[in-house]
Amino acid sequence: MASITSAYGALLEKALKEYDESGAARKVIIQVGSATCEITAGADRVRAEFDKLIIASGRDDILLKQVGCTGRCAREPVVGVFVPGQIPAKYEQVTEEKVHSIFQSHILKGQPVTELILDKKSNRLYDHLVTICSSSQCCGDKGSALEARLLKAIEAQGVPSESVGIMHSGCMGLCDSASDPDQRVMMVFPEKVIYRFKTDAELAEIVTSQLKENTILTKYVTHTDRVLEEFFKQYGDVSFFNRQTRLTLRNSGLIDPESLTDYMLKDGYKALPWILKEKTPEWVIEEVTRSGLRGRGGGGFPTGVKWKNTTLNDDPIRYVVCNADEGDPGAFMDRSALEGDPFTIIEGMTLGGYAVGAHKGFIYVRAEYPLAIERLENAIEVTRENHLLGKNILNSGFDFDLEIRLGAGAFVCGEETALLHSIEGKRGQPRIRPPYPSQSGLWGHPTMINNVETWANIAAILLFGADWYARFGTEQSKGTKVFALAGKVKNTGLVEVPMGTSLREIIFDIGGGLEEGRTLKSVQTGGPSGGCIPASKVDTPVDYEHLKALGSIMGSGGMIVLDDEDCMVATARFFVEFTQSESCGKCVPCREGTLRMLEILDKITMGQAELADLDRLERLARLVKHTSLCGLGQSAPNPVLSALENFREEFEAHITERRCPAHKCRQLLQYSVDADKCVGCTLCARRCPVSCISGERRGVHVIDADKCIKCGECFNACKFGAVLQK
Amino acid sequence: METVTTHSLPPDIVEFIEACKQQEHSDSYLIAVLHRIQGQFGWLSEDHMNEVAQRLQVPSATVSGVATFYHFFRLKPRGKHAVSVCLGTACFVKGADRVLSAFESELGISLGETTQDGLFSIEVSRCIGVCALAPVVTINEKTYSRVTPTQVPEMIRAEAEKG
Ligand SMILES: Cc1cc2nc3c(=O)[nH]c(=O)nc-3n(C[C@H](O)[C@H](O)[C@H](O)COP(=O)(O)O)c2cc1C
Ligand code: SF4
Ligand code: SF4
Ligand code: SF4
Ligand code: FES
Repeated sequence: MASITSAYGALLEKALKEYDESGAARKVIIQVGSATCEITAGADRVRAEFDKLIIASGRDDILLKQVGCTGRCAREPVVGVFVPGQIPAKYEQVTEEKVHSIFQSHILKGQPVTELILDKKSNRLYDHLVTICSSSQCCGDKGSALEARLLKAIEAQGVPSESVGIMHSGCMGLCDSASDPDQRVMMVFPEKVIYRFKTDAELAEIVTSQLKENTILTKYVTHTDRVLEEFFKQYGDVSFFNRQTRLTLRNSGLIDPESLTDYMLKDGYKALPWILKEKTPEWVIEEVTRSGLRGRGGGGFPTGVKWKNTTLNDDPIRYVVCNADEGDPGAFMDRSALEGDPFTIIEGMTLGGYAVGAHKGFIYVRAEYPLAIERLENAIEVTRENHLLGKNILNSGFDFDLEIRLGAGAFVCGEETALLHSIEGKRGQPRIRPPYPSQSGLWGHPTMINNVETWANIAAILLFGADWYARFGTEQSKGTKVFALAGKVKNTGLVEVPMGTSLREIIFDIGGGLEEGRTLKSVQTGGPSGGCIPASKVDTPVDYEHLKALGSIMGSGGMIVLDDEDCMVATARFFVEFTQSESCGKCVPCREGTLRMLEILDKITMGQAELADLDRLERLARLVKHTSLCGLGQSAPNPVLSALENFREEFEAHITERRCPAHKCRQLLQYSVDADKCVGCTLCARRCPVSCISGERRGVHVIDADKCIKCGECFNACKFGAVLQK
Repeated sequence: METVTTHSLPPDIVEFIEACKQQEHSDSYLIAVLHRIQGQFGWLSEDHMNEVAQRLQVPSATVSGVATFYHFFRLKPRGKHAVSVCLGTACFVKGADRVLSAFESELGISLGETTQDGLFSIEVSRCIGVCALAPVVTINEKTYSRVTPTQVPEMIRAEAEKG
């Protein structure tokens, strides 16, 4: 019988052969995203168009590839073009027409189409692009000092300054600033080499050789983790990406999520055979514990401890579960991870099964994610075919298999005990803990349940080591966290940063800040279980403890940016309405309490409340928080309590002045036309979705208040300030 | 054993139920069976649920209890053009409530209703994971991103033209 090593060796050989035969190393590569959001934005049509052009051109040195989500959702579809020897180029909001110009100019003639480049950062393309580390946690403001030194060196060595672009990046995982504070690192494109140096003399040497003479100066070349290096090589040219540290999403946007070969070429399935052969389950648990990884589903419970707890019994039947319910409405990290790199979840769960002696696992995915389900089904089938799942995995004697179970649109099913009921085919109602699932879970057997993102870290932690992982993040919160950045921020999308990164860096440096003229009011984290952090606290480092201290929670990673046009009362009401409709009804405080809270909030947003209602609301919120049975009810008051604490004056304005300062609460809004200002351009009438604005061309327009649905389109449309919003 | 009186489920679903019954914890596949039925018919009828109960050998109260618990399951048919407005946080913040009002007023029905001719229905979803392109509306399989109230009448006209 073949050994584990030879079974894995045969698989890897097959993968390498496939790669070799594809000729990818020598070809021009065109990468098109293929996640739900990208497809919504039209990525499928873009890919088909490239395909047509490639065939028509008759060239066989062009490779068209589908990859997972890069996370740059606001600018999708994003297309990456990788010409050997060139700085990689990313194009934004590509349409079928743009495909033609990209293909004609860049692919066929090697001339990038500068005006279509992502973020329109470069109106000309540089000969070299240098990215320097400016991570707040290691290099910090040393980044700008380094930029000054670099600029000086460039000038002194006579390199034309317009030929070099300089960018700042997040942690490349390289600097040992602790051991040697003078060390600096920078990455140079298109060579994709990383230099490590200290003195100005060394820097001058590098500049002369690399930037002036185009020769790589090997004596200062260094390498970082393969994980980060791969990502930086492909995406380090875009500031949105290179400010991030991608561990969880290390393969998203790099690999074809339907290809096991692609995954294996990025060190996928390297950890599993090695561990099955050489390491004990106890070692795995110990390593996960040492890494400091904490649950990414919201609670932040130490993962290693949970794993250990699952083994403290004699039950021969144990289960592992992946929680992919992602119920926070406004969060999409888990969807993206599953769509972009499903294999790592499967490898992680297999390793978890080995660690706790489980032979069966379930992935509980919400039904609203059809593409994620499809990608998982494919990955499970492919891994089974290749003996990476099923009986006697890689001839190791270890059996482990996976099944997908679908959710059906119940937020409460993200709660672990409800989720287990749902897998059992029942109504998804939570139960009192203890016993915890690790003691008694599916059909009464010990069950280890972890979130998607938690699972996505496992293979990397075990392959590169707990020490490697623990270098990222803060003392209490190790590693990185993925956030789904949405709301009133320019670069909506997925962002992965080391724990401890400030809200400011996430929203302004990576997120690009708010639209012109708008100001930040609040950041909402943790979804319906979280709170509204006021703009004044934007320098807070993001980790479990700090967010909790602000009355919010880390949650699963939803981050909604609110500006001066958002009403905090309406926002609080929105969340309470959500939790109220999602309450499973099992316990009174949550079922009745959230309903009463909603009634009060309704009164406030309609301008019918009195000040005493605020105290009632607060008392009620505290009661629900402290007496509800499960996490849903216990956390449902958080958005209200934090809004009351930080934005009480807004509540008061609704009550005492019957006014919504943000013009959001529609019952308090009136639209009318100022006859003196209206020039009769008819624009508002054309924009009105319910045709309730009348008036002649060049005549004063009038709004029929009875029919008006208060959508605000006329207000936004009028260029003459004639529509009044009161 | 009770006999199945109504035979309204198609053979592939009956086959799926039979396959589930061969599995360990066969009753745990109830939700999966309901998903299949809704996938084919668009909703769960009383007859279908009764037949599931009989075939899977679980009480009908359990089947309807599960079907009513989960929002995803529809207990009445929706319109031929099913409008679903996302009211997740990201979409709400970007004005999805106003988009919803525009649909309601243009179609003359409220959330959860179907037009008399059975052509249009309006429902809400709670985030379909495309938050970065908010606000999002789906009509049957097609997803529209960054929708404004002004676009609504035209979206409806275009759908209606499809017949
Ligand atoms: C109301 C409620 C909703 C939840 N939703 C989710 C969810 O969507 N995804 C998730 O992973 N965890 C969710 N959780 C947390 C889970 O109960 C559980 O703690 C988690 O899946 C454990 O995995 P972790 O340790 O890897 O975080 C939710 C908890 C509550 C109370
Ligand atoms: S707190 Fe709410 S969701 Fe949780 S068990 Fe009670 S009623 Fe159900
Ligand atoms: S858009 Fe303004 S100016 Fe033009 S008709 Fe309407 S109210 Fe008058
Ligand atoms: S607010 Fe909307 S519905 Fe009312 S008049 Fe203006 S455009 Fe028409
Ligand atoms: S909130 Fe609407 S798609 Fe996520």
